[in-house]
Parts: sequence; structure tokens; C-alpha cells
Amino acid sequence: MNRMLALRISIVASALLGTTYVTWRWLFSLNMSAWWIAVPLVVCETYSIIDSLFFSMTVWRAKTRPAPPVPPIDFTVDVFITTYNEPIEMVMRTAVAAQKIRYPHKTWVLDDGAREELLHQTQALGIGYVSRGTEWKNRPRHAKAGNVNNALMQTTGELILILDADQVPAPEILDHTLGYFLDDRVALVQTPQTFGNVSIADPLGSQAPLFYGPIQQGKDGWGAAYFCGSNAVLRREALMQLGVKRYVIELEAAIKRSLNDSGKIIKAAKKKLTRSDEQLRLALDQILGAVVEAQENISNGKTLGEATFILHDRIKDISHALVFADLDQIKRDLDIIGIEQSNDANWAAEWIDDLEDSLDGLSTKELSPLAALSTVMELLKSLDVDRSHEAIPIMPIATISITEDMATSMRLHGMKWKSVYHHETLAIGLAPEDMSSMLTQRLRWAQGTMQVFLKENPLFQKGMTVPQKLMYFSTMWSYFSGFAALFYFAAPIIFLCFGILPVRTDPVEFFLRFIPFMIANQLIFLFASRGISTWRGQQYSYALFPVWIKATASAIANVYFKRPMTFVVTPKTRNENSPNLRLIYPQLIFIAAFVISLFVGIARYATGLAPLLATLINMMWVLFDLSLLRVLFPAILYQGSDSHKRGSHGNLT
Amino acid sequence: MEISHKAISDGVVVVTPVGKLNMVHAHHLREEVDAILAKGQNRIVVDLTNVEFLDSSGLGALIGCLKAARQANGNLRIASPTEQVKLVLQLTNLDRVLTPYTSVESAYVIE
Repeated sequence: MNRMLALRISIVASALLGTTYVTWRWLFSLNMSAWWIAVPLVVCETYSIIDSLFFSMTVWRAKTRPAPPVPPIDFTVDVFITTYNEPIEMVMRTAVAAQKIRYPHKTWVLDDGAREELLHQTQALGIGYVSRGTEWKNRPRHAKAGNVNNALMQTTGELILILDADQVPAPEILDHTLGYFLDDRVALVQTPQTFGNVSIADPLGSQAPLFYGPIQQGKDGWGAAYFCGSNAVLRREALMQLGVKRYVIELEAAIKRSLNDSGKIIKAAKKKLTRSDEQLRLALDQILGAVVEAQENISNGKTLGEATFILHDRIKDISHALVFADLDQIKRDLDIIGIEQSNDANWAAEWIDDLEDSLDGLSTKELSPLAALSTVMELLKSLDVDRSHEAIPIMPIATISITEDMATSMRLHGMKWKSVYHHETLAIGLAPEDMSSMLTQRLRWAQGTMQVFLKENPLFQKGMTVPQKLMYFSTMWSYFSGFAALFYFAAPIIFLCFGILPVRTDPVEFFLRFIPFMIANQLIFLFASRGISTWRGQQYSYALFPVWIKATASAIANVYFKRPMTFVVTPKTRNENSPNLRLIYPQLIFIAAFVISLFVGIARYATGLAPLLATLINMMWVLFDLSLLRVLFPAILYQGSDSHKRGSHGNLT
Repeated sequence: MEISHKAISDGVVVVTPVGKLNMVHAHHLREEVDAILAKGQNRIVVDLTNVEFLDSSGLGALIGCLKAARQANGNLRIASPTEQVKLVLQLTNLDRVLTPYTSVESAYVIE
């Protein structure tokens, strides 16, 4: 309890000192003659203070939960082991351990690689095996989310333990977590992810003691413990409810959009009609009539099922009456605008996305009236309540992001389901063993988080409490640190090399305002983490700045410009090509600039061009920045844990 | 849960589940409807009079059946839901997609 009191005192102190510091920076210490560096720098400082306030808010409520009640014996439980391309022996090791979980359950391997060998091995041991059926052919697979959703449709347990292929569970994992589900509003119990193949020094920063500790406990305190994709138990009813609700929301939006688009295409096509096109005009008018009727039906309270059913009847009648004069012409038109026709029955459904993208662009405006007619007919035929462009209509696990977990728990919270963070290691996994794999993993997490930020900003979601919204938002906020790092690195170099100072103040006053804040801030980390070192985490949050920037940029390109975001499965085995300095070349450029600036700074002081105190402060700043980037060198030389042979595993029992 | 079906006029088939339509039994409904569609009958009414409890998996099965019926160029309607079922339909907004008809007769007469 004393620790908690000390923590809260440091939080209050840090908040007061931080706010007064940044206010002073904005109002009294900006060097506006160098505004181009002064303003970005103070914006970054403001960003960091807010980041620190979010962190403070999180750990303010970091509580250790009392042990949950003993679970009743009659829960039905499915254990899902998700795999894509991990080695079969790794999957089987996890599956066998899962079979040995004490609480009665059924174990399933969800094999997205559809490997026959894995099928045989699981069958031999009586382990369930699920892979994608033919309904997934030529349809979006939605990576791990699709894999789990597919299995949800084929199993019946009321609770589901999800494990990544490398996460070997302890026999007591269910006994220790199911008790929480006696509260029938609890939808999720998340346990930590820890790794057995990591040396004590952990140069890649794989273990996340701060996240699977005070941060998740703090989020839990605010009712917002996250789902992290593995080592978590979920309630089927909550997931299915989410899936059904999303189905209705997305269906309604898609139908309204398609009707709207169809109307626009027809109106545009009608303007191009010539006198001789009487038959075509009639057909276009009839379709427009059917579209308007459907729109009216929906706004008058008819269900989507009925409205689309009536619409289909109309379209059928119209197409029977129509004789297409020149089908070749249509085909030529479509080829011109680059829409690929195929014999696949779903080709029309795939158009929906294409059309949405192209509607603002040129292509639909260039459609001839005949091609427009055919396009709209296909669009309307494909418009249905069956979501024919998806393999299964209901997607309980969110598919909007390459990291499905965060979006899913956010939606669960939005539906007033509760979540729990259970702070006890109950499974041990394998972390990436080289820097390249580690960077891939961090990039994916960051990209996924930014996708959710852009697509379903938590601040604007309904149903969550304000603290819940802030908890999600704070995670997203923290990924902007890449941009702040750029200016924190650049500012001292600019002073040492060119004598341009972004801050206009007496150095002593600067120190008096800044240092107490820094100390209070570090005390928060110290008390919150119960003495575990958090320094590496702080180093990585700046040293990996190119990863965070790339994640933000690619998420923007994906969400706003529909550029594909390739999904990379984090390699669980070692990549043999390391070390590779190209992985960190932006950081190396900064390191070179730091070293040069130190020499230039000394030279400028020695020749009387720069004052002593400012030079010293900026040199200290450079040394601090270098100490942040230092974390990269043991990481890039790392070849995996010595005590650990590739593929072997930590054991919990 | 028990489930049965009966053809009535005009190729409409009424499917009658009895008991709990939940995560354990939902796939029975799906199998029943698939079997009917396979025989070429594609207008289906699910009579919910005797469904005492329906959960989200049950709703999921209804959506799956609707999808299957539509893909067979037919339709699926639901009739005579109990209060609990109506509540679940409202909670998930599924009543925006599936009209709950008050009786089996009204569910197919309108066509």
C-alpha cells in the first residue's frame, strides 16, 4: 500500500510539474526567431507530457486482483491453437500440452495452412482439427481473425481459450481463469504473454513486464483490460453477439451505399443517352425506380431482408424484359475501365469494392450507358443480406485491422461486456530470435493499432465509458512517439552545428523547471513497475522511431488510399540473415550526426562561436540520445538465447 | 432440442425447432435447412413458437440459414418469436434484417 501511495504522490507531482513546465515553454521560452525548430519541439514536448499523463492515469489504478472463485465443473470449454506456418512439431507440442490442461475441455488445432501432416498427427491423438472450408475460396481470409471465426462456427463450447501456436499452456490455466466467468457479464480474461527462449538480458525487449503488469492492471482498474490475441479466455456468447451486431451494422451500411451508388451511376448514364436509346432509357428508368423503391422501403421501416428481396424480384423482371443489344460492347467497355470479368459467380460481388473506389474517380463517368446498365444490374443482384463477398456472414473477431485483438475488445467494451486481466503466467511462448523478426513484429502491432485508430477511433465509439475510451486512445497516442523522437534527436544537433537554439531562456531556469519533472516522471516508472527495469522499454520507444513512423504512414495509406497492408506473420523461428545493419540505417545516420555534432560543438565553443553552458547542455542531450539508441547494438548482434536450443521450450510444470 | 419440418402450400416449408436454440444446438437448425434446400425447396419459414431460449449462436444460425436460402434463390422468414427471442433480436438489431412475423400464416401469405 505504501508503494501505491508513493506512486500516486509522484503522479500528482509529475502532473503539476509537467503542466507548469510545458505552459512555461509555450508562453515564455519560445525562440520565435527559429520558429521552424522551436515550435515543432514544443509540440513534441507537449505530446510527451500528455503521454506521461496517460501513463499516470493508467497506473493510478494498477491493482492486483484477488484470486477468482473456484470455477464450477460444468462450463464447456474449447481450446483453440491458431497456426499458419509454424513448424508442425511446435504446434503439436502446444497441442499436447493443451490436451493436458486439467479442466475438462476439447482441444482444437486451427490450421490455416491446411497441412495434411498436421491433420494426421492431431487425429492420432484425438485432438480436433479445423481448417478453412471451400466457402473461403476466392474470398478474403482475414488472417488470424478469419481462422478463429471459422472455428467458432464449427464448435460449441461456451468458453474459448485462444493460444498462439508457440504458447505452451500450464495444466492449471483454466482452473485459474474460469472462475471470473461466474460473473455472466465477463467476456474476456487475458493472462500475460511471456517467453521461454529469452536470455536474462533480453536485448530485443521481448518480455513486456510493464505492459503485462502495471499497464494491463491499470487498464483493468479502469474496466478496459485488453484482449491481446493469445493466452486469453473468451465467452462465446459475447463474441457471437458482437458478430451478429456487426453483421447488421455493416450490412445496413453496405446496402445503403450500394443503392446510393447505383442511383448515381444511372443518373450519370442517363445524361449520355442519345435519342435512339429509347429502350435503354426505359430500362434505366425502371432500375432507378426499383432503387428508389428499395431506399423508401428501408427508410419506411421495412427490414433489409424484405427490401432486398423485393428489389431482387424487380431486377429479375427487368432483366427478363431486356434484350441486350450488344454484349460485346459491354465487355469492351468493361475492359477499358479495367474491371476484370470472370466466370466466377462472385465477380459481381467483387465489384462492390471496386466501384466504391472508382466512383469518385473517372471510370464510372466513362461508362457507356449500356455498360452502366449492366454494371448496376450486377451490383444490385449482388446486393443481398447474405454478404456473399464474405465466406461466413458473421465475423465475431474483428477484421478491420491486421491486429484483430484490440478492435475486438474495444467492441466488446462498447457492448458493456467486462474484461479481466489475470496477472499470472499460465503459458510460455517463443519470442522472435533476431532483430529482423522483432522489427517485423513491432511494425505489425503498430500498424494494427494505427489502423484501429483511423478506422474506429475509440474517442468516437459509443457505449464505452470515458476512462475506457482514454485507455484505448492512450495506447494509440504512444505510437506517435516516432515523430517526437525525430525532433528530440534533431534539436541538439542543430544547436551544436549551427548555433540555433529553440529555447530562449536562462539555462538555470530551464533546469529548475525541467529536472524536477523528469525526476517525478522517472519515480512513476520506478514505483509502478515495482522496481523492474523499464529503461529498455523507454529506450525502444525512441530507438525504433522509424518503425512507428512507417506504421503510421502505411496505416494512412491503407485506410485512406486503400493500399494493401501486407500481413506478416511474426516468424517464430530464427531468421538466418542477421546481423543486417540496413535494418537500422535511419538510426545509424542519426548516430553519425550525433558524433559529428559533438566535435563541431566543441570547435564552435573553442573558437568563441558558442557559449559554454548551452554547449554543455546540448552535448549532454546528445549523449542522452545516444544512450537511447545504444539499445540497438546488442539487439542487432543477438543470435538468440545461448542457454536455448532453437525449437526447445521453457517448461511451466 | 428437437426439430422437424413440414411442407405446406406453394412449396413453402415450415421448420419447427422445439426447446433451446443455443450454441449447442444451433448447427442442427442449419443442417435441417441445408437438407431442405438440397431437395430444391427454397422458401422457408422458421416457426419459433416453441423456442424457449435463443442465444447469439442461435441468431448466427438463423443468419447462416438466411444466407443459404438466398443463395438458393429463395428466402427465409421467422415467425411467432417469444418475448425472450424478440428481446435478443432487438438487442443485436437483427430485427433490422429479419422481420419477426406474428404467425406462420402471415409469414408466407404476403408473398
